[in-house]
Amino acid sequence: MNTSDLIVVGGGLVGTALAYGAARNGTRVTVLDEGDDAFRASRGNFGLVWVQGKGFGMTPYARWTMQSAAQWPQLAEALNADTGIDVQLRQPGGFHFCFSDDELQAREARMRSIGDALDGDYAFEMLDHASLKARLPGVGPAVAGASYTRMDGHANPLKLLRALHAACRHHGVRFAQGSRVTRITPRAGGFEIETRAATWHAPRVVLAAGLGSRELAPQVGLHAPVQPNRGQVLVGERVARFLDHPTTYVRQTDEGTIQLGDSLEDVGLDDGTTAEVLSTIARRGVRSFPVLESLRLVRAWGALRVMTPDGFPIYQASTQCPGAFVVTCHSGVTLAANHAFSIAPWIAGSAGNGVPAGIQSFSGDRFLNGNETFHHAH
Amino acid sequence: MPTDVRFRSLVPADASPRGEPMVTLFFDGRALQAPAGCSVAAALLANGVSTFRTTPVSGAPRAPYCMMGACFDCLVEIDGQPNRQSCLVAVAEGMQVKTQAGLRSFDGAGTVIAEEAAHVE
Ligand SMILES: Cc1cc2nc3c(=O)[nH]c(=O)nc-3n(C[C@H](O)[C@H](O)[C@H](O)COP(=O)(O)OP(=O)(O)OC[C@H]3O[C@@H](n4cnc5c(N)ncnc54)[C@H](O)[C@@H]3O)c2cc1C
Ligand code: FES
Repeated sequence: MNTSDLIVVGGGLVGTALAYGAARNGTRVTVLDEGDDAFRASRGNFGLVWVQGKGFGMTPYARWTMQSAAQWPQLAEALNADTGIDVQLRQPGGFHFCFSDDELQAREARMRSIGDALDGDYAFEMLDHASLKARLPGVGPAVAGASYTRMDGHANPLKLLRALHAACRHHGVRFAQGSRVTRITPRAGGFEIETRAATWHAPRVVLAAGLGSRELAPQVGLHAPVQPNRGQVLVGERVARFLDHPTTYVRQTDEGTIQLGDSLEDVGLDDGTTAEVLSTIARRGVRSFPVLESLRLVRAWGALRVMTPDGFPIYQASTQCPGAFVVTCHSGVTLAANHAFSIAPWIAGSAGNGVPAGIQSFSGDRFLNGNETFHHAH
Repeated sequence: MPTDVRFRSLVPADASPRGEPMVTLFFDGRALQAPAGCSVAAALLANGVSTFRTTPVSGAPRAPYCMMGACFDCLVEIDGQPNRQSCLVAVAEGMQVKTQAGLRSFDGAGTVIAEEAAHVE
């Protein structure tokens, strides 16, 4: 009864992108998702499809991110064709603001280092205040300058999640909501997967359970030491278009809403908000664009990122329990195209079992020897 | 598709149910009466207003839906401030309320984004 070719544990951006990618190639997929009381980064993020700054000290991640951004238009089109939902992808290039000359220099060094490691295949510009102001007239005097690449963009993350769910259904994916997986047992020919109400079977299973993957991974010989990292986001009223480009701290959605983000806090499993952090975010927004001073705020939230110790993704097939995989990353919007088009066929076994080029560096085993610190770049 | 206004005031629009003093406010320049303490949204509805604003996405007319600050369908400009939730603001003597067409802009006026108005039927 409860059998499929592939079971995806987790129905967030990562799990649904994988389920969608597998199902559109004919795989029979079931998604088991814990439900609305779970911590869910996919409901609380900033919506950037972001490239610049990523992969500092880890060139394969820079390449991997660039590939996903390049494939994103195809994803947006496929979702629109399957569901009629326009996820509002815009890739007009993005700005990262710096508020002092020191910051600007450090940013330039970082961008240059990534560019050098990519043999220069990384077109970026460093802009001083005057040249930035020429491109974004609303920018305030406190902004010393910015880095810019034309690879950056954004989408509407809630429309993306909705579109992925709808597209999955369109391709026959079965969703079991309120199904928290408690136990995965390898059996001959596949896995037995238990939730409180039912037992499911499949020859393949992928853990895409966000923070929940940490506990499940060891049951199938995998290692996913993810930790929560909180980000708080402020949302302003809808206003007439004033900003065409995404920036790391301020963006305007397709409907006119202003999003101000975000913070980076190590506070465990607490997705609350604090006045102190929100006022810092608000202040930074107004320093970026002084006109925002008159913006009325509508709501605020905190959400927990799913962070590995070094901030880079984990893509791994279990050697101990063949057929089990884990997929987790801290930029599930940006990497959605890769997950649907590269990772999903690999996991579903429809890519000739080939490991997608460029993911060899993302094995979770890298954390078995010592910890590193992560670099945040959305 | 236009629907009939479902709001039916139990007392005449220019009468106070519990004897509160009446205040005069203006909606797009028209003088309206409402009992002190009532919300701007209730005052407009009681006076037969059925379109408060138009949406920035489709241009469709909107009126209050939740009356408790959750839906943002009741947005109007109040005393020069756009995007106010009229269900959360109490009427005041001489208050100037205006329809809001489309999105507010930072220079104070509402703007209709014409090219986006074709988005949704
Ligand atoms: C404030 C903030 C800003 C961000 N900004 C960006 C951005 O601009 N760009 C970008 O690319 N990314 C951004 N991100 C990151 C992005 O949101 C995440 O990478 C992405 O949502 C992760 O998706 P996920 O599916 O792994 O996790 P989740 O959304 O957490 O989904 C995991 C799912 O697994 C389910 N689950 C957990 N345990 C179990 C279990 N035992 N059994 C069954 N189901 C289970 C949960 O119910 C949940 O639905 C941001 C994140 C935050 C918090
Ligand atoms: S009527 Fe819903 S917010 Fe005012």
